[in-house]
Amino acid sequence: MNTETVATTARQNRTIGRDLIGIGAIIAAAAIGYLLFPDNLALLTRIIAIALLVLSLDLVTGYCGVATLGHAALFGSGAYAAGIAAAHYGITDPLLMTLAGILCGAIAGLVCGLIILRAHGLPQLVLSISLIYLFHEFANKASSWTGGSDGLSGISPDPLFGRFEFDLWGQTAYVFGVVLLLAVFILLRFLVRSPFGMLCRGIKEDPLRIMAMGASPKIALIKMYVISGAVAGVGGALNAISTQVVGLDSLSFTQSAESLVMLVLGGTGSLFGALTGTVVFMLFEDYVSAANPFHWLTMVGALLIAVVLFAPKGLYGTAAAFVTGRLEKRT
Amino acid sequence: MQTFFSIAIDAFAYGMVLFVISIGLSITMGLMRVVNLAHGAFAMIGGYIASFAAQDLGLGYAAAVLLAVFGTVVISIPIERLLYRRIYGAPELTQVLMTIGITFCIIGIANYVFGPTLKTVPLPPALQGSADLGFRSIAVHRLFAIVCGLAVAGALWYAIEKTAFGVKLRASVDNAAMAAALGVRTEIIYAVSFAVAVGLAAFGGVLGAELLPVEPYYALRYMVTFLVVVSVGGAGSIPGALLACLVLGGIDTTGRYLMPEFGEFFFYLAVIAIICIFPRGLAGRAR
Repeated sequence: MNTETVATTARQNRTIGRDLIGIGAIIAAAAIGYLLFPDNLALLTRIIAIALLVLSLDLVTGYCGVATLGHAALFGSGAYAAGIAAAHYGITDPLLMTLAGILCGAIAGLVCGLIILRAHGLPQLVLSISLIYLFHEFANKASSWTGGSDGLSGISPDPLFGRFEFDLWGQTAYVFGVVLLLAVFILLRFLVRSPFGMLCRGIKEDPLRIMAMGASPKIALIKMYVISGAVAGVGGALNAISTQVVGLDSLSFTQSAESLVMLVLGGTGSLFGALTGTVVFMLFEDYVSAANPFHWLTMVGALLIAVVLFAPKGLYGTAAAFVTGRLEKRT
Repeated sequence: MQTFFSIAIDAFAYGMVLFVISIGLSITMGLMRVVNLAHGAFAMIGGYIASFAAQDLGLGYAAAVLLAVFGTVVISIPIERLLYRRIYGAPELTQVLMTIGITFCIIGIANYVFGPTLKTVPLPPALQGSADLGFRSIAVHRLFAIVCGLAVAGALWYAIEKTAFGVKLRASVDNAAMAAALGVRTEIIYAVSFAVAVGLAAFGGVLGAELLPVEPYYALRYMVTFLVVVSVGGAGSIPGALLACLVLGGIDTTGRYLMPEFGEFFFYLAVIAIICIFPRGLAGRAR
């Protein structure tokens, strides 16, 4: 065995080790959350649903470099698909509802990807904003299907596997959410390390060079958008199943902007960053808005400015850079 | 015919207000390449100062407008020095995050200081009522907005095309490093154009207070509209911004008159169509 293969196996071992640590950390955080806030599992389930949205945003923004302020369109499509399936078609099995969310999210991802990828820079941002407003107005207008501004109610999912009922305490929903998040996280770890994931990173760095190598950036990005839509759809469906109502706010510009804020807060281009950012932002928002509802927007704004000034790589990115710096110094 | 005429006048006035507010954003975006989501917040500050000056201090309309413009510029100077300086040349995502943060802070502070209610800027008697054009009468305030918009467009055109400052500004927009090497003090150009942009935003905020009511979430609600106008017109282009304002103002107003139940559906549909056909904006240049 020559030194190069030794180095690669060592690196592989280390990344697999990091994956295991990540999975362990998610399970541990979920258990701690359950023990700390047994009365507030609804909030924790919502955090998981939003974490799925932020992970999906990370796929296109962090790994492909597409700036978008309209990502809730994919999340809301998934939520409405799961809700409409339950409320209008009587498909109340939670797994089938999730499947409906995934499918519809992926379709919304395809549509948004085709439109958003036509421009770059500011026009791209504006396209994404226009799309989210278009989806919002459409859902508002199609009130016979979506309930309009009253929200879509009448969603009552069956017990999971026919045994675990979605009760008032939200325990089933919480465990269901944690399992979904773990499954998505493991799949995404494989995805971002696959040759396809590498191709997307390459497109972010230098699309011209990728084209010269014979790959098509556009097709790769649209594929990534569809995958991202599926992930966001899982989050939307989870939200619909756990709250049993879908509101217009799941398709709102505010939701999109907040998810981008959470992503950048945690650190783009890393799945751990997306998770960290969501948890920190949601807990911060919950705590501050309860402690001082008048000032919470100011504090969120100040937090954002502080992150840009002092931790430009995001919380997780800065911490990770610090740790690797220390490790390298020691060796 | 009646409907057509009133739609046309309203659309023209609305487009002009949009133009006055967003032209500053267009210039700073073309010059400094900053995606400034806090521009609407400056327009909101202008509206608040004017409302405060006119209602609580009892100043006249003209004095209130002047105070609003200068007050907003004064407020913006430390923000530019301390915060914006650090994001020039940063990635777009960083700029978006920073300016959203500034917007949130301003909204929170405005909510705290002035409360969540709508504020009005009382119009002087000369601008109330309607003017008779012989075949139709239109609201004087609409006429005033249109005249102000045209005056701003003309003055900017003159300043940018005919004066020495305009030459330096255009040079810095095209190539800031080269302009600096030739002896243009680019930081002064940046500071002056930022101040002008903020001042125009404040002026537009006061001018448009009848059409875009001043309240704390103003900054977030209309920010998107201003960004859309700039991007459809092409950053840094005055004719482009003018055209975009008239087209989008027309579409938005027509949609509201004829199909109010659809809200802004057609506005955003038009925006998507225009950007898909002209990815760099109506008057954008290839880079």
